[in-house]
Amino acid sequence: MKNSKLVWLLSLMLVVALFLAACGGDDKGEKTTTDTDEKEGTTTEEEEVAVDEEQVLNLIMTAEIPTMDSALVTDAVGFDLLNNVNEGLYRLSQENIAVPALSDGEPTVSEDGLVYTFTLRDSNWSDGTPVTANDFEYAWKRAMNPDTASEYGPYMMSGVIKNATAISEGEMEYTELGVKAVDEKTLEVTLEKPIPYFLSLMSFGTFLPQKEEFVTAQGENYAKNSESLLYNGPFTLANWDGTGLSWQLLKNEQYWDKETVKLTEINYDVVKETATAVNLYTNGEKDRAGLSGEYAMQYAADPELAKESETSVFYFKYNQERGGEKTPLANVNIREAITKAFNKEDLASVVLANGSVAAYSFIPKDFVFDEDGNDFRDVNGDMAVFNADEAKTAWEKGLAELGVTELKLEILGGDTELSKKMDEYLKSQLETNLPGLTITLKEVPFNVRLDLDTNQDYDIQVAGWGPDYQDPFTFLSLWETDGGNNQMSYSNPEYDQLLQDINGSLAQDIPARWEAMAKAEKIIVDQDFAVGPIYQRGLMFLQKPYVKGIVAHPFGGDYSYKWAYVEGKEAN
Amino acid sequence: MAKYITRRVFYMFITFFLIATATFFLMKALPGSPISSASKLSPSQLAVVEAKYGLDQPIPVQYAKYMLNLAQGDLGNSFQFKNASVTDLIIDRLGPSMLLGTQGLVLGVALGILLGMIAALRQNTVWDYGSTFVAIIGISIPSFVFATFLQYWLAVKWELFPVALWKDGWMSSVLPSIALAMGPLATASRFIRTEMIEVLSSDYITLAKSKGATGFEIAFKHAFRNALIPLVTVLGPLAAGLLTGSLVIEQIFAIPGIGEQFVKSIMSNDFSIIMGTTLFFSAFLIVVIFLVDVLYGIIDPRIRLSGGKD
Repeated sequence: MKNSKLVWLLSLMLVVALFLAACGGDDKGEKTTTDTDEKEGTTTEEEEVAVDEEQVLNLIMTAEIPTMDSALVTDAVGFDLLNNVNEGLYRLSQENIAVPALSDGEPTVSEDGLVYTFTLRDSNWSDGTPVTANDFEYAWKRAMNPDTASEYGPYMMSGVIKNATAISEGEMEYTELGVKAVDEKTLEVTLEKPIPYFLSLMSFGTFLPQKEEFVTAQGENYAKNSESLLYNGPFTLANWDGTGLSWQLLKNEQYWDKETVKLTEINYDVVKETATAVNLYTNGEKDRAGLSGEYAMQYAADPELAKESETSVFYFKYNQERGGEKTPLANVNIREAITKAFNKEDLASVVLANGSVAAYSFIPKDFVFDEDGNDFRDVNGDMAVFNADEAKTAWEKGLAELGVTELKLEILGGDTELSKKMDEYLKSQLETNLPGLTITLKEVPFNVRLDLDTNQDYDIQVAGWGPDYQDPFTFLSLWETDGGNNQMSYSNPEYDQLLQDINGSLAQDIPARWEAMAKAEKIIVDQDFAVGPIYQRGLMFLQKPYVKGIVAHPFGGDYSYKWAYVEGKEAN
Repeated sequence: MAKYITRRVFYMFITFFLIATATFFLMKALPGSPISSASKLSPSQLAVVEAKYGLDQPIPVQYAKYMLNLAQGDLGNSFQFKNASVTDLIIDRLGPSMLLGTQGLVLGVALGILLGMIAALRQNTVWDYGSTFVAIIGISIPSFVFATFLQYWLAVKWELFPVALWKDGWMSSVLPSIALAMGPLATASRFIRTEMIEVLSSDYITLAKSKGATGFEIAFKHAFRNALIPLVTVLGPLAAGLLTGSLVIEQIFAIPGIGEQFVKSIMSNDFSIIMGTTLFFSAFLIVVIFLVDVLYGIIDPRIRLSGGKD
């Protein structure tokens, strides 16, 4: 009997609680005025907590670490962390120029530009043992060993390090790779041909050293968690269990340049939801939070908002041959018309509104610079500019040449909310500015798009490319006749010849090579309209004002924390 | 009973085998490759990597190998996490998911039963409408909206609980559990209400009343027990779904659970994790359904499990 009363009491409490919760929801609209008060409340609390200036950063990653084995890393998170916990012969500086790191000054280069001899500075692994030339030889050969099944090893070394191509084709043993430890401190690297950007490659994760005795001793367990790795960079990795959502970077006391490193600790958590990341940021638990979609717009006027331009370029990939037959896009006037028929400025600032900028070239800006610090982007000036009149003229010419009055084309794009929004905009722009054009949209998951691309089964594809090394060639090489990524049947002998020269006869003549690359870019963007640049991707994020000195890189690892520090946290 | 159980276990293995086979071939039909930079490699470079993982062999051979390994309890290594065995990954990720699932389920079902009973016993009163309202809210508001709402008010604004992350022990599990509880709460309350109302109007309840049984006795001893049957039926799959993790809740609260991994593995063609998690989920579901069937007999002796002599 008593029990039944208890049940009633409990249920009464429950219902009251639920109604209260529901009422709380109604208040939402009226609360805007109190919001600011509450924000101030949080900051005062922070003042009390942060008494002394701790050199600690709290950061968010949007994905887990797939692996920390430098031979196996293929993803952004892995390369980002490797760049902070390890160090190769070179490192990207605060100005994003590759500068000697473990290499003691510039290497000596043979007359023909093929043999580089590096002298290593005195430095240690995190276990206190010295880093030797053999650690480099071992790691690079390991990355070419078929048993390692490295993807980036053969990808980055083929055509660069001597014999790498033959090894990756299975024609030679991996031990024949052109890298040799002459003695403890001297490393001799032989190239397949002169590579002008070779030294910037030396800052890339795949070329990091690994200590042979340690790797062999660990065997299968190597790089399984933060304990089964060695570090020789500004930080060491800690508390990473191999698949988990959190880890730490701690200052590496064995690092040769540890005086420069100010941070003692970086705490990472994987947070995949933008809303959650923003909440953690607002709460003061995290110092930086990436913004996407509607959050980018919501925080557009926030003083803590920061923008960064990335080096990925997105473009229309015009397929000239589908199912063995020529598409209307084989006509250069049709390609020109489409390239010029949409307003990129509006697309970038209104539709995307995430820090992306309109692209007027195929090589991104802020990516490569000549000796005087001039951006490669400025050589050609703006190309592929939106111009409805020119587009219409080219369109009519193209239609006349094809002998038709209207065309139906398909745009293949991604299935994320943002790509759908962008595709809709492009469709309406193209259909408005090019009379007689009907666009159908095909929006599919990334893997499906790759499949359709491989089979060359599309008309126009919204594709993107990010650099693998700091040289325009990483973009230009895509459109070589029958090249691995040229799934659009583009072919121009003049362009192919330029590519040959860029890495052949002009390899050691830097200014002429620079010119040739600019000329090649002009051919694909402004003469043949092989691809139609759309935008260069940007990033928007919130960052606490007391976070200083984080360096963003255009390729390889995304960020360096070597020079980062916390200043004025208590003054906030 | 023993004969029944033996037969059921045999069928369970057949079901499991069929699921494994179907998943394997469907998975192989997915577009894309588990090799993340496949499009950057030359055919011969790609062949080397594929050979390492046995992807170069014909699919029937891959299938036979997988099933042989599976029979020995070996689920292989993940493709995304280069050094992690699938078994380890599932075990690591299962803990948080199970905790949230169990708490959400217990909380949701307990409150749901309570609400349902109140609604049935006070039919067509404000109590009834109130509980219906809560149930409709629970069913119609997606859990991620509810989770975001909880996160914003209870954690960001009122600072009662951690915003996200799996760091503050049990406190971290409170908000996600509540968010997960809404579904089962709504389901349970609706089922209990409908069944109770039906049972309460049946002849034996009238008989019990005429024998002088109290309202409490009738409600719990007679009506509730019978009203449980349909709930137990849906509870099985519901439990399997909750305990094996929820993608959205785990993402919103940044919890290292298994549900999130399941979806991610499909997006990245991580064959061994797709297989591992699917097989784990199905094994779980098969066992739960079996337990539910056994439970029927205990709740309602009228349901006999076998053509035995009882």
